[in-house]
This record gives sequence, structure tokens and C-alpha cells, in this order.
Amino acid sequence: MKHEANIPALISAMADQLLNRGDAYLESSAMVGIHTGGVWVARQLQQLIGLQTPLGELDISFYRDDFTRIGMNPQVKPSQLPFSVDDKHIILVDDVLHTGRTIRAAMNELFDYGRPASILLAVLVERSGRELPIEADITGLEISLPPDEHIKLTGPEPLTLEINSIQ
Amino acid sequence: MSRTSLQIRPDGRLRHFLSIEGLNPTLLREILDTAESFAGVTAQSVKKVPLLRGKTIVNLFFEPSTRTRTTFELAAKRLSADVLNINIDASSTSKGETLLDTLRNLEAMHVDMFVTRNSVSGTSHFIASHVQPHVSVINAGDGRHSHPTQAMLDIFTIRREKGDDFGRLTVAIVGDISHSRVARSQINALNLLNTGEIRVIAPRTLLPANIEAMGVRVHHNLRDGLRDADVVISLRLQRERMQGATLPGEHEYYRLYGLTADNLSIAKPDVTVMHPGPINRGVEMDSHVADGAHSVILQQVTNGIAVRMAVMSMAMQQNKGEADA
Repeated sequence: MKHEANIPALISAMADQLLNRGDAYLESSAMVGIHTGGVWVARQLQQLIGLQTPLGELDISFYRDDFTRIGMNPQVKPSQLPFSVDDKHIILVDDVLHTGRTIRAAMNELFDYGRPASILLAVLVERSGRELPIEADITGLEISLPPDEHIKLTGPEPLTLEINSIQ
Repeated sequence: MSRTSLQIRPDGRLRHFLSIEGLNPTLLREILDTAESFAGVTAQSVKKVPLLRGKTIVNLFFEPSTRTRTTFELAAKRLSADVLNINIDASSTSKGETLLDTLRNLEAMHVDMFVTRNSVSGTSHFIASHVQPHVSVINAGDGRHSHPTQAMLDIFTIRREKGDDFGRLTVAIVGDISHSRVARSQINALNLLNTGEIRVIAPRTLLPANIEAMGVRVHHNLRDGLRDADVVISLRLQRERMQGATLPGEHEYYRLYGLTADNLSIAKPDVTVMHPGPINRGVEMDSHVADGAHSVILQQVTNGIAVRMAVMSMAMQQNKGEADA
């Protein structure tokens, strides 16, 4: 079932919140999208706020906590951070914040590249079901869903949100 | 149990990695793609991923090796596994312990993977058929039979140099084919990827009988074999595996089969020159070729780590299921 959110408006509102952080913050920041949906959202955010640093992409497959249970995704894309993480304000972008485990893995991976000045979390959708003490700093949409429902971003053009029941 | 079902799980994924025979093109490309993503790990300031944290990997080497053992050890460490190096030559077998007893003892120490090298063909297969269900075995070379991770890293290197379309490539393998487990694995892998033309170039004494049955063209003359080749793989003369008079002498061999800038000029202008190492300079190839612009011999070593990380992590995953966000 398609969710009726106006995604361009949500991303634009997120960009405004990032711009509110001020020039000093943005000048020493770099944006990192989490593969795949997070990269789509990050690409649009990056354009809207006019960030000069090239966009970073993270594939957290090698950092998951459930590797031995679920195995590896054969389509792992190499992570690409075309800048030095050291002393940067990292704007970490994902499509959906759910359990928090993906963000935990992404932060572990970021620290293997260097020591950022700070990490800010921006997500298009913040849904219920956190299993770790992780929260978003900037959120497009907050939504409460029962555990057996799944929200997924499809894209990249156009971006749409779909809610499905897990069989 | 056939070799195929021994190394592949019922769901089609890797269980052990024993030989290229029995793999399918899909799985082979999956290994290459996974290796490609591991190649990026060296760009991190912490050159490690936590994938195999808490796993114990034993390098069980019955035959001396530096490069292969070192790259397997580094690959395991970059996956955050703990590594134990056991050189059997200097250990239990000299006290009379059988191979199975050695295995059982190591299993009792809760190891998760054996990486084995042995001068006897079929050893890794034997070990794989006797380990506990959760233990995986990787073949790091068995006798004249197979050296699958070397073949994979060679294919990976070729793909990086020449792109994914092996159908338009001519690959020439020069040297001691009959004693080489590397050549056998390479030919199998190149065939799986539908390589346009595979040639072997060697004197009759260094070719196994009926090698044509593997789908290769045989050349005894170096220059004929090098003509318009895209990739030339030179193999080491396996002096330790030779018995009797297979060669008149190294000097004679170099004169007839050594790669030089002159005879390479017959190959394609952008020919890629490879060698699994260690090189005998002035026997298999001239130093200027080994260190020249066409040579990717050191890239092969680097790529070996990513390929071994891929194979180890793929063999180590347990059950298929769904990811949660």
C-alpha cells in the first residue's frame, strides 16, 4: 500500500533544518547516505543545501550484527567516502529509522575511516520499534507502525513510500 | 558424496571452497563481486571489518608457502577473525599422529575454519568430508590438483584490467602446465566465464596428456602462442615437483619460453602480464617484463587478499533469512 506522503516537501523541510545549523557547521560538514534508500535521500538533500563536499556512500553489510544469521547480500556495494572523515561534521542520512541497528553499524564503519567531529542523523521516516538507544536529529516524517508492518522507500525516481504487512 | 555437493550448500551458497570444478558461473561472479567490495576496505584508516569477529581460522599448511599463507592470514585478520598458523611439517605428524587425529584435536579447540595446503592431491577434499557441520575448509593448494583461490584472484585481476566480457579475450598460459595446480584451476575458471580463447604454451614434457580435452589450444612455440594475446600468464617452473629429465636446463628454457619485451611485442599492445609468484627472474621472464608497464604481478598479490576475504566470509555464513532495518 502506497503511503500518501509528499516526499519532496518532506526532504525540503529536512534541508531547511540542516540550513538552520548555520554556515560554520555546513562548511566543515560532509553528507553520507546509507545504501540504498539513504543515498537517494542524501543526494536530494545535498543538492538542496548546496554542500560542496562530494557525497559519501556507506554499505554497512560488513558491519551488520546479524551476519552469521542472515548471511551476506551478494550485491554489497563498496562503501565510498571521497573525503577525510577526520574532524568533519558528518550528516548521516537514511531512509527509515526502525530498530536502530543499521545506524549502529554505520557509526562503527564511519569510525573505521577516521574520527569525525560529530555525527548528525537525518532520516526521511522515523518509525516505531527502536531496539537501541538511537534517535534521529532531523526527521521528515514520524509514523507509528505495528511490528508486523514494514515501511519501505522505493526509488530513485520518483521516491515513494510503501507500507506492507510482513507475512 | 560428489565434490559439487560437498562444497556447495543445498541453497546454492558456498560451504567449503575446494576447487573451481563444480562451481557455476553465478557463484563465481558472486565471489568476484564480493571481492570487489572488500577491495575497498584497504581505503579505510582501520583496514578491518568486524564480519568474522570471534571466529577462529586455522592455517593448516603441510607444504611451505609464504605469499599464500601470508595473504590468507591478512585476509582473515582484516575480517577480524583470530588466526592460528600451524606448520605440520614441524609438528604432530613427525610424532606419528594421523591427519584425522590432528583435525579432531583442533576441532576440540572450537575452530571454525581450516585453510589447508598439502602436496597430496585431494587432501582438502578429504578434510572437508570429515569436519563437523559448522566447520568450513578452504583449499590453499593440493598437490597438482587445484589452487582455486589463486585462480580466482587471477580472474579478478583480469576482470579489473580488461572488463567483464571474457568472451572477447585471448588468454595464454605459458610454462609448466603439468605440475601446476594453478594452471588447472585457471583453465576451469576461464572456461566457466566463456573465455574467447585459452592457450597453453609449453614444451611437450611440461604438458599433461590430453590437455586439449580441457578446451585449450596447445602451442609448443612461444611466439605462435603469444600472437594477439590479451593476457599472458607465466607459471613458475616447479622444480620441487619435477622428477627425471623434463627439461634440458633453465637456460635453455628461458631461451625458448622466457617472456621478453621482444617476444611480448607479438601480443596485443595492451597485453597484461601475470605470474602467480614466486618468479624465477631470467627463467620464466626477463626482469624488465616482470617490472614493466604490462606487469600486474604485484596487483595480483594485493587482489589475493580481497578474493580470500570474499571466499572466507562467504563460506562462513550460516543460514539464509531476512534482514531487519
